[in-house]
Amino acid sequence: MKKISKLPFSGTPEQEAQLRAWLDENGKKPGAAMPALQYAQEVYGYLPVEVLRIVAEGTGKSLEEIYGIATFYAQFSLSPKGKYKIAVCLGTACYVKGSGKILAKLEEKLGIANGDCQLDGKFSLEASRCIGACGLAPVFTVNDDVYGRVKEDGSELDAILAKYRD
Amino acid sequence: MFRSHVMVCGGTGCTSSGSQKIIDAFNAEIAAVGLHEEVKVIKTGCFGLCALGPIVVVYPEGSFYSMVKPEDVKEIVDEHLLKGRVVTRLLYDETVQGDTIKSLNDTEFYKHQMRVALRNCGRIDPDNIEEYIGYDGYAALGKVLTEMTPEQVCQTILDSGLRGRGGGGFPTGRKWMLAAVNHADQKYVACNADEGDPGAFMDRSILEGDPHAVIEAMAIAAYAIGATKGYVYIRAEYPIAVQRLQKAIDDARAYGLLGKDIFGTGFEYDMEIKLGAGAFVCGEETALMNSIEGHRGEPRPRPPYPAAKGLFGKPTILNNVETYANIPQIILNGADWFKSIGTEKSSGTKVFALGGKIKNTGLVEIPMGTTLRTVIEDIGGGIPNGKKFKAAQTGGPSGGCIPASLIDTPMDYDSLIALGSMMGSGGLIVMDEDTCMVDIAKFFLEFTVEESCGKCAPCRIGTKRLLELLDKITSGNGELEDLDRIEELARFIKENSACGLGQSAPNPVLSTLQHFRAEYEAHIIDKKCPAGVCKDLLTYRIIEDKCKGCTLCKRVCPVGAISGDVRNPHVIDPAKCIKCGACMNGCKFNAIVRE
Repeated sequence: MKKISKLPFSGTPEQEAQLRAWLDENGKKPGAAMPALQYAQEVYGYLPVEVLRIVAEGTGKSLEEIYGIATFYAQFSLSPKGKYKIAVCLGTACYVKGSGKILAKLEEKLGIANGDCQLDGKFSLEASRCIGACGLAPVFTVNDDVYGRVKEDGSELDAILAKYRD
Repeated sequence: MFRSHVMVCGGTGCTSSGSQKIIDAFNAEIAAVGLHEEVKVIKTGCFGLCALGPIVVVYPEGSFYSMVKPEDVKEIVDEHLLKGRVVTRLLYDETVQGDTIKSLNDTEFYKHQMRVALRNCGRIDPDNIEEYIGYDGYAALGKVLTEMTPEQVCQTILDSGLRGRGGGGFPTGRKWMLAAVNHADQKYVACNADEGDPGAFMDRSILEGDPHAVIEAMAIAAYAIGATKGYVYIRAEYPIAVQRLQKAIDDARAYGLLGKDIFGTGFEYDMEIKLGAGAFVCGEETALMNSIEGHRGEPRPRPPYPAAKGLFGKPTILNNVETYANIPQIILNGADWFKSIGTEKSSGTKVFALGGKIKNTGLVEIPMGTTLRTVIEDIGGGIPNGKKFKAAQTGGPSGGCIPASLIDTPMDYDSLIALGSMMGSGGLIVMDEDTCMVDIAKFFLEFTVEESCGKCAPCRIGTKRLLELLDKITSGNGELEDLDRIEELARFIKENSACGLGQSAPNPVLSTLQHFRAEYEAHIIDKKCPAGVCKDLLTYRIIEDKCKGCTLCKRVCPVGAISGDVRNPHVIDPAKCIKCGACMNGCKFNAIVRE
């Protein structure tokens, strides 16, 4: 089950205009629902029900169908992500090399569970599928930065997190 | 013309290790010494030896620099490029032998390999269509359009013995023939680049390192079956691959290699990318087609097969990236050439993603039938830290384990299936004695439970119940009858699930049970995890003779489970212990053991 955010929706009129413009151009093409959700997530960062409703209108599909697609695919998030998204790879190669322990250490250090976002919106934490950097296992990413060959005892984690303290 | 080429790996592994910074540093340093008109820096696809990244190869010498850091670049430029003196200290150590330097192709990692699907990876700039054309690119497409009939193309692929590299191993030529004979106003070719098998990344490397090979092959397939439109379904998690493939498609179109009237023959074909959104089941062909159409990626009942009714209800063929990458080579070199590689029933090569507890992690391409021993001991360089090889896992969540006793198994479709595993897409995860086989089975099953699309009950409910049985065993509550229950339930799931995901989901459990039954029994009867992984079955104990009574363990224990007086041996209360291991990590006298 996907986590559904209880935080209030804070989308701007500019974001809505941007999404609607894309939908006007592409929303009625065959197979448009997935690209539409991908675009909406790019604009808003996540997919709250307010956004799903706009996508449903723009693609001419029911809200139920759009919700069904949004909850089916792992890429779509119904909760906001932190400014810094931490994703720990739990692919086989990383798991064998101890990434499960790294995820547990990060949960402990950030005070949030896998799949959650900190209240101040700073860090969010999730487990990810194989990102294909198996040669560097175990691996986790913070936004686009990749940290490979991470020690499973967690001794390097504080130094890495400190880089994002702003 | 340039006198030297500096090839820097831009594959995912090396990019993650910072290869872009290396490229920037080379460009800056080369410009600083005024060599920018003599030396060219090229960002290539994956060289395969990801463990030693970032990798830099300087031609014409072929010097193979490994684990290059940005601060090393100035030395390579000043010494090697300016003065012609190879920087031996940065070379891959196996290529250095006393005063002579071995060719890369003579190293253990490369010498057992044969690169067909990966032939251009690491050799050309994937963003430059002319480099692809320079290595016979699009010659195969030209040949089929001008010299061959569609029937001859299908026959050649069938004769080559090429089988699907995505998992199932269905003969590619037969698949094409089935679609070719169906008449329709519109047909499609599709490429499965939704590499969902955790631990496999060859499709990603091919798309990143040689995207035109896939485009050319899909055009050939389109000609063979009479299609005019193609889709590549690719994971959104692979941004570099998406970007390079999109550029390649745009360039091919600009060169007239996609679009109308290709090579002036009247043949029309064009293609586009569809982004997946992270669902393992979309590797199943009918689910993938649902997803391209914009629906939930749930599988459809078969028949009708996609060759009759696929994308948008039209005849469609779907092949995997690596399968396509072989096609232009088969057309250019002939079916007999391809058949001469590999074994009788599995011709050609297979790319494996070597990962886990092995020295040389990376991508390797070997002739089918090469033994697992060659892959692990020679190419892989063995198990690090002096540990023992325990098992290799192939086929990801659909496959199984090959135990150390069967290390001489030839790697081909039929041998692997006979062992209860499968080729799958080519993930090869190596495990040592510290890996618990029950835990690994549980890991794969957790993956399938989460990825089951929920459409059919045997998979949705069955895999969940199977996981509960494994949980029961690893938490120390298992009974011997559970093993019979597991086998019965697994068989039921295999026989009754609607698609390949469910039909193969029990394989990791069944194969570990087949080859490592004693380990399951140790969890159940002795309530012990021999590999020391399953937390609930571990106990920590202080060895009386070794304990100096320093009280450190007592202080680090977060739950106050350790008692004892200064300079007297301490004891752990197992009822309070949460098995966090803090005491063992803290002890300076190695007096605490986990058993």
